[in-house]
Amino acid sequence: MSANVSNTACLDTELLNKILASISNPGPNDLVPILQQVQKAYGYLPKPILMAVSDRTGISASQIYGVATFYEQFYLEPHGRHTVRCCRGTACHVKGGPNIIKTLKRTLGIEPGETTDDMEFTFETVACLGACALAPVMVIDGTYYGKMSFRKVGLVVENARTAGKGES
Amino acid sequence: MPEVAITINGKELIGRTGQTILELAAENGIDIPNLCHDPRLVPTGSCRLCLVDVAGRKGPVTACTSKIEPGMVVQTETDEIRAIRKTILELLFYEHRGVCTTCDENGDCTFQQYAYEYQISDEIFTKAETVEPKPNYTTGNEAIEYDLDKCIRCGRCIRICEEVQMDSALTFKERASGVEVTTAFDIPLNESTCELCGQCISTCPTGALYERAAKGKGQCKDLLRTRTTCPYCGVGCQIDLNVNPKTNEIVRVTSPVGCIPNDGNLCVKGRFGIEFVGHEQRLTTPLIKRNGTFETATWNQATDFIAERLAKIKNQNGPNSIAGLSSAKCTNEENYVFQKFIRAVIGTNNVDHCARLCHASTVAGLARAFGSGAMTNSIDELKNAACIFIIGSNTSEAHPVIALDIKEAVVKNGARLIVADPRRIDLVRFSELHIAQKPGTDVALINAMMNVIINENILDADFVKERTDGFEELAGALKDFTPEKAEQITTVPAEKIRQAARIYAGASTSSIVYSMGITQHTTGTDNVLSLANLSMLTGNIGKESTGVNPLRGQNNVQGACDLGALPNVYPGYQSVEDSKIQAKFEKAWSKKLSPKKGLTVVEIFHAVETGDIKAMYIMGENPALSDPNLNRTRKALEMVDFLVVQDIFLSETAQYADVVLPSACFAEKNGTFTNTERRVQRIRTAVPPPGESRSDWETICDLSTKLGYKMSYDSAGHIMDEIASLTPIYGGMSFERIDSVGLQWPCLDKDHPGTKYLHKGKFTRGKGKFHTVSFKAPAESPGKKFPFVLTTGRQLYQFHTGTMTRKSAAINQVSPTGYVEIHLEDAGKLGIAAGDTVEVSTIRGKVSTLAKVTKNIGKGWLFMPFHFHEGPANMLTIDALDPLAKIPEYKVCAATIKKS
Repeated sequence: MSANVSNTACLDTELLNKILASISNPGPNDLVPILQQVQKAYGYLPKPILMAVSDRTGISASQIYGVATFYEQFYLEPHGRHTVRCCRGTACHVKGGPNIIKTLKRTLGIEPGETTDDMEFTFETVACLGACALAPVMVIDGTYYGKMSFRKVGLVVENARTAGKGES
Repeated sequence: MPEVAITINGKELIGRTGQTILELAAENGIDIPNLCHDPRLVPTGSCRLCLVDVAGRKGPVTACTSKIEPGMVVQTETDEIRAIRKTILELLFYEHRGVCTTCDENGDCTFQQYAYEYQISDEIFTKAETVEPKPNYTTGNEAIEYDLDKCIRCGRCIRICEEVQMDSALTFKERASGVEVTTAFDIPLNESTCELCGQCISTCPTGALYERAAKGKGQCKDLLRTRTTCPYCGVGCQIDLNVNPKTNEIVRVTSPVGCIPNDGNLCVKGRFGIEFVGHEQRLTTPLIKRNGTFETATWNQATDFIAERLAKIKNQNGPNSIAGLSSAKCTNEENYVFQKFIRAVIGTNNVDHCARLCHASTVAGLARAFGSGAMTNSIDELKNAACIFIIGSNTSEAHPVIALDIKEAVVKNGARLIVADPRRIDLVRFSELHIAQKPGTDVALINAMMNVIINENILDADFVKERTDGFEELAGALKDFTPEKAEQITTVPAEKIRQAARIYAGASTSSIVYSMGITQHTTGTDNVLSLANLSMLTGNIGKESTGVNPLRGQNNVQGACDLGALPNVYPGYQSVEDSKIQAKFEKAWSKKLSPKKGLTVVEIFHAVETGDIKAMYIMGENPALSDPNLNRTRKALEMVDFLVVQDIFLSETAQYADVVLPSACFAEKNGTFTNTERRVQRIRTAVPPPGESRSDWETICDLSTKLGYKMSYDSAGHIMDEIASLTPIYGGMSFERIDSVGLQWPCLDKDHPGTKYLHKGKFTRGKGKFHTVSFKAPAESPGKKFPFVLTTGRQLYQFHTGTMTRKSAAINQVSPTGYVEIHLEDAGKLGIAAGDTVEVSTIRGKVSTLAKVTKNIGKGWLFMPFHFHEGPANMLTIDALDPLAKIPEYKVCAATIKKS
C-alpha cells in the first residue's frame, strides 16, 4: 500500500535522481542530508519530490514529514530567492530591533514567515542570531548586517535584490 | 534461558536474561507506572514515569529500558521517586486539556488512574489557553478520532503503526509545544498508508484516540466487557465486546494485550465491523413466503410448515432428495447439531458447507499426503521461522493479524520471505523474492523448485528415507522438469525459481503459508499435494516453525469441517462409508444412518437442475452471491421446490426462500469456534438476540423434535460434551477447559494438553506420501474473444458477501463498492482510465463495475473482489470442479473487459 502520490511530472525529478545517486544505498540515516540537498536543489521541499524520496528509499512519507517539520531549516512551501532574517534577541531588542522588524515589514510588504508575491524575499525572525555585539542585527542570505538602523534597511534590501540569486 | 536473581522492593525475584525491570516487576504483580510502554513495542523510556531507584546507580533509571542484572537491588516507590513521578504527571497535565467528566475513556484511562493515585493538582501550572478545535488527520474519518487536547505525546500510536502494523502512517510534526500526531503532509487518514486496524486506539493510554462511532455511547467505566472470538476470518482473534448495559448496544471492540493468538491486535473488520450486530435490518421474526411476498409468522407456524413440507418431500422422493448447507459462520455445536439433523432425522449425507468452496482441496490433499487436513503448525510459530514461503495467500488482506507475525518474522527476526502471487500484494514489500506466476500454474512452479532441490542435492535425505514413501517415483517424474520448462508455463524467470528453491531448502526452518490461490482451482488438490511434497522433500514438516499451513478463511470453517458438515465424514473426519464408524454413530444417535456419501455444494445445485434435489435447508450461507457461475446457482435456488434459509439478515439467498428463520449472531449466543490453527475457542453471549431470533441449534432441535426425532440440549456446553464423546480429535474438549485459553486439536482426552503442531515424529497416516503430480492447465484458457485471465479474491475491508461488513460506516467509507484491477498498459490500450465504469464479461455472464488501474497485477490479468452484490464477480466465475475435492475454479477463467 502506498500513500496517494501526487503527479510528479510538474517537477523535474532529474535533480532528485542526482541527489539519490550520490548516496550509496540511501536509508533513514541519510534523511537529513537528503532533505538538505533537495532543498538546495529545489529551493524548498516540494511534496511530490518528498513522496518520490519515500518511494525510492523506503523511508516512510510520515517520517520524512516529521523530520521536515521538526527542523526550522526546512521549508515545505516555496521559498523566496533571498532569505531575510531579523533577530528578536534581548540585546537586539534593547538596541531597537523591533524598529528594524517594523521597517522590514513595511519595505517588503509582508509579515514574518511570509514570502513576497514576486518570490524574491522570505522574511523570518529568529530568537537570537548569536551576534549580540552587533545588535541590532539582520542577515540576508548568510551575510550579517550589524548595528542596523531602520534607515539602512531599504538600501540593504535593494542591494540584495540586485545581487541576484541568493542562498537560503 | 539463564536465570537472573534480583531484589525489587525487598522481594527476591528470579528473571530471565534480557528481561527489563519493568517486565519482571509486571510478571510478579509489582506495578511500576508507565505511559509510553506497551509490551508490543520497543521500549523508549520517553515518558520517564517508570523511573526506579537502583542501588549503586547515581540517579533513577527507567525500568522499561533497563535490563535486569544479577544482584540488582531495585526500589520502585521511594519518596524521591514518587515526587519525580508526580511532577512529570503535573507537567503532562499541563498539556492535557481533556476533562474526565465528559471523556469516553473515563474508567479505562491510564493517565486518569495515575493522576488519581498521585493526587496531582492541575492548578500548579497555569492552564494552557483553551483553543478552538482545529481540523486534524482524522477529521471526517468514520473510524478513528484523534483529539489533540487529550494527547500526551507518548508516541505509542506512531510506534505501533510502525513497529507492529508496519504501515508507518503516523508521525509527530513540529516541535516543542507545537507537537502533534498527524499523517504525512496532514493528508486525511484514509488517503495515507493507514489500514484502519485501530491498533493506535488500542495502545493510546488516554482518550486521545477513540472509535468515532463509540463517542457519547457510554463511558468506559460503565461498559461491560464480554470476552469472545471475532466472527470474521479464521485467525480467531480474541475480542472484548464492550456493551453499555443501559442500551444493550455494543459500543466498541477491544482486545487484551497478551491474549492468544492476537496479542491485542485486530484488523479493521474485527475492530470496526461489528455494527451489523444491532443493525436495524436484522431478522427478528420467522417469515413465510405467500404469493411471492414474505409474511411474518410465529415460530410454531414456521416450524410446523417446514416439518410438514420436509416430511412430505422425504416420503415422496426419499431422503436423498433433501440437502442441507451448514455454515462456517456458525458454532461447532450448531454444525454438529445440523449435520446430526440431516443425517439422523432426514436420513441422508447430503450435507456440506462453504469449505467446499475454499479448502476442500486442502482437506483432500493433506489427508492423502499426511493423514490429516489442517494447518500443521501454529500461528505463533511463524514468528520464528527462518524462511516463510507464501503462495496464493494475500495474508495482509485476508488474514491481517497473521500477516503481523509474518512481518515480525522478517523485520525483527530476519526470516527470508518468498511471495509467490500473480499480484504484487502488500507483503511483497517485505519479501526477498516475488514470484508472479501466471494464475493456475502453481504445480509447474513447485515441481520446478523440487527439480532444483533434487538436482542440487539440497533435500533432507534422512527425512525422506525415514519418514516418507514414494520419493523414487517423484524424483523420476521431475527429472526433466527444469526451471526453464516451468518458465514457459509460469512466465517466471528460471533463475528466480532456482533462487526460491535454494532459499526454501536452505533455511533451517521453512514454513509454507497458503490459501485460496492454491486451493480454488480444478487442480486444487494437485496444488496442495505439490506443497506437501515440497515440505517433505526438505524435512520441513513435523517440526516447530515449519509445516504446510493453509489459512482458513471463515471464523469457524475449520470447526464446521471438524464437526462433519461434509458429505463424506462424520465429526472428526470419520468416514460415513466405514461400517464400524456408522455403527458407532447409529448407536449414539439411536437411528439408522446412510452408508452412502452425499453430494457436495456445487453438485447439490446441479442436482436441483436434474430434479434430484427437491428441498434445501441453508443455515447461515449466502450461495446466491458466493457460489460460482451465479446465473446458474440462482436459477437452481429459484427452481428448488422447497427452500429454508436460516440467517441473521434477509440475504440474497434468503430472498429465494419459502421460509426464513431468524438467527442469533455470534454476539448473542454461547458456543465455540475453531480457528485456523485448530484452536477451539469460546464465544459468549454479550447482548440479547433481536426480536424472536434464536440460536441456530435451538431452531434445529425444535424442528427435529417436530419431525419425530427428539433433540434437546440444556446448553451449548452439553452439545460439546456429546461432540467430545463421539469425536476422538475433540475427545478432551469441554467448555471448562477452554474457558480462558482455547485448546488445539488433536486433544484426545481430559488430560491431553492439545497439539501445537502435527506430525511430530510420525505422520497421522504413518509415513508421509509423495504424490507425483504433473501440470494441468486450468479449465478455461484465454482466447480471442476472452483474452484476459480473470482471478477473484478478497480485499482487506470487506468480508465475503458483505452482509456483515457492509453495515459498517467506517468500512463503507474506504470500500464503498466493487472494482476490477487492470494493468496500466492494458487499460491504456483499451482507453480505460481509473474510476471508469467498465463491463467485464465471460461466457457465463457480464457485470458492470469500476476500473482500478494498477501496476500491481500482471499484463493480461484481471482481479475482482467478490464481496459486492452490485457487479458480483461470481456472475463471471466458472463452476468447473476439481475432480477429487469438488472445489470450483474461482481463481482462473477467461474474460474480457471494455469501457461502458
